[in-house]
Amino acid sequence: MSETWKSLKPYALITPQTLVFLMFLVFPILMIGVVSFWEFNGYSMTPAFTLDNYRGILTDVTFKTYLNTFKFLALTWLATLLIGYPVAYFLAFHVPKLEWQILLFLVCTIPFWTSNIIRMISWVPLLGREGLVNQGLMGVGLIQEPLQFLLFSDFAVVLGMVHLYIIFMIAPIFNSLMRIERSLVTAAEDLGASGLQVFKEVILPLSAPGIAIGSIFIVTLIMGEFVTVRLMGGGQSASVGKLIQTQIGSLQYPLAAANAIVLLAVTMLIIVSILRVLDIRKEL
Amino acid sequence: MQDVQLEPVLTLETVPEELQVEAKGVSLRDVTKSYGSFTAVQNITLDIAAGSYTCLLGPSGCGKTTTMRMIAGHEDISKGDIYIGETRINDIPATQRNTAMMFQNYALFPHKTVWDNVDFGLKMRGMTQADRQHRVGEMLEVVGLSSFSDRKPAQLSGGQQQRVALARALVTRPQVLMLDEPLSALDESLRVKTRGELRKLQRQFGMTFIQVTHNQDEAYSLSDQIVVMDDGRVDQVGTPAEIFSKPLSRFVARFTGDNNIFPGTVTSAVQDTNGQLIQLDVPSLGTLLCIGDYAQVGTEAACCIRADLMQIKSLTEAETTACGPATNRLTARITAVEFTGYVTRVSLVLERSGVEVLYKARTPDWLTTTFEEGQVVVLDWAAADCVYLPH
Repeated sequence: MSETWKSLKPYALITPQTLVFLMFLVFPILMIGVVSFWEFNGYSMTPAFTLDNYRGILTDVTFKTYLNTFKFLALTWLATLLIGYPVAYFLAFHVPKLEWQILLFLVCTIPFWTSNIIRMISWVPLLGREGLVNQGLMGVGLIQEPLQFLLFSDFAVVLGMVHLYIIFMIAPIFNSLMRIERSLVTAAEDLGASGLQVFKEVILPLSAPGIAIGSIFIVTLIMGEFVTVRLMGGGQSASVGKLIQTQIGSLQYPLAAANAIVLLAVTMLIIVSILRVLDIRKEL
Repeated sequence: MQDVQLEPVLTLETVPEELQVEAKGVSLRDVTKSYGSFTAVQNITLDIAAGSYTCLLGPSGCGKTTTMRMIAGHEDISKGDIYIGETRINDIPATQRNTAMMFQNYALFPHKTVWDNVDFGLKMRGMTQADRQHRVGEMLEVVGLSSFSDRKPAQLSGGQQQRVALARALVTRPQVLMLDEPLSALDESLRVKTRGELRKLQRQFGMTFIQVTHNQDEAYSLSDQIVVMDDGRVDQVGTPAEIFSKPLSRFVARFTGDNNIFPGTVTSAVQDTNGQLIQLDVPSLGTLLCIGDYAQVGTEAACCIRADLMQIKSLTEAETTACGPATNRLTARITAVEFTGYVTRVSLVLERSGVEVLYKARTPDWLTTTFEEGQVVVLDWAAADCVYLPH
């Protein structure tokens, strides 16, 4: 092999991946960035450089939509963490055999074997006015009127999102818990730590990177969410993703592009702040 | 991992009063541990003196770690009683037993600094900040790690990590310290050095140390008392010298040194000055003479001779030196000569039975001889050096 080939080899090896990245990540984002400065009217858009689109989205409505999205994010994050952590903990520490751990982890992924839309729609017969939950509660006499907030509400949106995305919280936490050497727990107990202290002093800090990675997944998924918001919110709930989707629907591409760029920036900011608090390098 | 640290572990010649404890002995009475139908430890009765250094020695799976974990309280006791001092501790939780454990691979908290690792046990015991500050500082000084208190374990060498683990275990002033293969993660040269430091530390603290190891050199050099374990039972308890020169079973003879073992049947046993002079009929070899405390004629037993206690002679030399009345003599063919530094190991096959035996010579002595591979030689050994193995 010639010397030239030897020095070129690493570059040759990374070329395919670089091309894929450029084509499917960098180029589309650049396009969106470019389009966000274009002019448009109801029928066409023209290449230009205007900040009108950005000015156009700096409104009370956008601000409120962001607030609402943050609310969904906060609630979903909290719920996925509070439900996901115990599940991951149980899998990692209380299921004795590796085969069982893998099997039960696969059980956690079962909801993913059907499409998002079908999973969302399947909530309707459960939570609707005439749904199973309302009928059941009325049947045992706990309520007289059907509960309205169960479906087509912010509650339903958060419920749907938790259902859809909780695995993204469970998986990285499970992974980081599995890496904790069991002897550390015994050592902590030997040194006099109670169960709660073992958790607080050893397990929680060592699984923090898993929480960080799970949180990053949740942030990126929720900030761009529109399907769940539309299906479960029944037109009542707003989110940035849904706003962008509506703008695309009415052919306001540059406006949607500007919104997308702002959303990207906001999401990055949240992720950066998570990374400042928690160090995930060890997990990668 | 590299260790460039050369200063000794102990920088203080006397242990600060605050770190001193009253050592307690440990007694096991008929202790059994079973998991379902599997018995890991079977009816162990054992006394460990206060302030002594005891090694539980045996191959992996012999129950030594389980025994230690039962004393430490990390494993339930299926049957029997364990006492620390006068107190029966079966039902006392691990944290209140006044024991501490140093784990294999140390189990240091990777997210905590050296200081916080050592401080952990005191913090969990709810000691005040000021007291802890003082004690941790002193402990780190004892193990010579004061200047490393802000480092994380990953930033330390293997030897330093080992000392942090030791400091973490000692700082709570345990009456009994248990060490699970404390030297196995270190490389050879560091292991020998650390061995000496452990022994020194134990003497200075006057604490009861119980160590689990599978390495007989470690057990010989560290212990006041060695407990050889096999298959969940105690095979032999004794001082290192006793275990080395007077094994009681084939297992101990095989496990603790380079012994040649000959199983056979006792044909006669007569009282001698050092016990009984026993004749053992070994199949296809003939009669071997050995010394033992007591043997019953007709029992199946064995005898062993340490590889370094035999004499090797050429056939002509053997003809001229008479074989004494209390001497064993066999002819063998040299199959391999292995030079290992100070000692040369010579493998031979007995002419009569085809059994392989080992002979060890000081290398300087071996170099003065002219023996070579393939040569037939005579092995002589005195009955007084040949140990009767009842089991």
